Amino acid sequence: MTFTQWFQSWGGEAFGWFLATTVLILMIALPLMLAVAMIIYADRKIWAAMALRRGPNVVGPFGLLQSFADGLKVMLQETIIPSAANRGLFLLAPIITFTVALIVWAVIPFGPGMVLADINVGLLYLLAASSLGVYGVIISGWASNSKYPFYSALRAAAQMVSYEVSIGFVLISVVLWADSFNLSTIVLAQKAHVFGFLNGFGFNPLLFPMAVVFLISALAETARAPFDLTEAESELVAGYQTEYSSMSFALFWLGEYANVILMCALNAILFWGGWLPPIDWAPLYAVPGIIWFFAKILIFFFIFSWIKATVPRFRYDQLMRLGWKIFLPLSLIWVFLVSGYLMLTRYGA
Amino acid sequence: MIQTFAFCLFAAVVILSGALTILSRNPVHSVLWLILAFFNAAGLMVLVGAEFIAMLLVIVYVGAVAVLFLFVVMMLDIDFAELRSGFVRYGFFGLLIALILAGELIIATGAWSAGAIELANRTAPISADLSNIEAMGALIYSKYLYVFEAAGLVLLVALIGAIVLTHRERRDVRPQNISEQVKRRPQDAVRNINQPIGQGVDL
Repeated sequence: MTFTQWFQSWGGEAFGWFLATTVLILMIALPLMLAVAMIIYADRKIWAAMALRRGPNVVGPFGLLQSFADGLKVMLQETIIPSAANRGLFLLAPIITFTVALIVWAVIPFGPGMVLADINVGLLYLLAASSLGVYGVIISGWASNSKYPFYSALRAAAQMVSYEVSIGFVLISVVLWADSFNLSTIVLAQKAHVFGFLNGFGFNPLLFPMAVVFLISALAETARAPFDLTEAESELVAGYQTEYSSMSFALFWLGEYANVILMCALNAILFWGGWLPPIDWAPLYAVPGIIWFFAKILIFFFIFSWIKATVPRFRYDQLMRLGWKIFLPLSLIWVFLVSGYLMLTRYGA
Repeated sequence: MIQTFAFCLFAAVVILSGALTILSRNPVHSVLWLILAFFNAAGLMVLVGAEFIAMLLVIVYVGAVAVLFLFVVMMLDIDFAELRSGFVRYGFFGLLIALILAGELIIATGAWSAGAIELANRTAPISADLSNIEAMGALIYSKYLYVFEAAGLVLLVALIGAIVLTHRERRDVRPQNISEQVKRRPQDAVRNINQPIGQGVDL
């Protein structure tokens, strides 16, 4: 008896389903918020360690409660709305960013069968929802009625739309190989994929370049360093968040990090086997799938932080050049290569 | 019951946001209402079981086309007085277009109620056990292959046309040559010389 069926057994068909789904949503959203708080702490610690600093170490043991202290501080602050701002849209923008960052998690499979909405078009849903994220940034930039946020919004819009194109083609080559848009099916298609014992499309020499392109595009899509031109503090103060304060600022902050974790999760799901252990060997399956999944997310988050701490920021024309002149042709050629290879081997010439 | 409720909700929001698109005074608000209309149209698509079309609607129209719309409209220097001044000038054409659209709507409704197109006679009924994407793929790449290819060609021509129209070659700028920069080594650029005092540097 599944979770939903248990609720339906005493709550009735419709009401039980409603209750079960609400509880499941909370079971994803609340740990996600906790994870965001801890991952911000981890980000600051990793960054500090690479710069030979200590990082947050005052609030709680090892500074573990720093993010919660920051959250409390932000909640007690006054929400300042600039008098020239477009009031409604100004307040709507962080809500959009935060909501979109949360709804994407509905289709992420955390383990075998552990997914809120196991839909056929899961990957397209992800692409659709993540393409909505840009609205929070654009609207905030315009509604602030201030020049730096506006420049930032223009940069963000162009950047996200550009890199979504190559991300789309990377996803197509994965979908071609997995033969499905469903994320759980994509994970299962990677079982014993290479040499009969390595789990993950990333181990496949034909798909590995796409894994690299996806990782870099994910950095650009979430506007993380070295592509954080939307909040380049030396040029744009704080970018689109300049005029925001208190909770409206915190919603941007939380949404941004939730998106970063999502991109790490997507890297794990699409190329490195999701909840499967890296090697198809029976004793490794004794470890619950969700632990493998979280371990992979953390590894990718470490890579993201590592890049943030070491790589200098791109210039905007270089960013556009990388997206349109290198990644787009490369991923397009790769779709061609992958589909050609599959036509020869799987479907017969 | 829930389907009817969802349909009414999505349809009402589509109509309302469509109306607000043309009624709101600020062009940026208009585009945002348009986006809401797209979004709810995607909801309607999900209701009829066309989840693939719904996702494409959101990805293509909301995620890309409307972003560019917003991008352009945001950068306009809006003068509300000037916006309203053209009302009389464009009023006639607006009315004409409205009349044509109304006529088309009446014809379409009439044809629908006359039952001109039999839904049972559809050329390619979709079997229920196929997913959206598989069903569409099986049709597009077999029966409608040439039409599909033609649509692709039209898009390609439009793409090239857009580039030709907007491209202007500038000879006064020096573009960056990345490979040249990457190939450059210290010995090409740096010289160690023992400069005698009192003499100029030979550059």
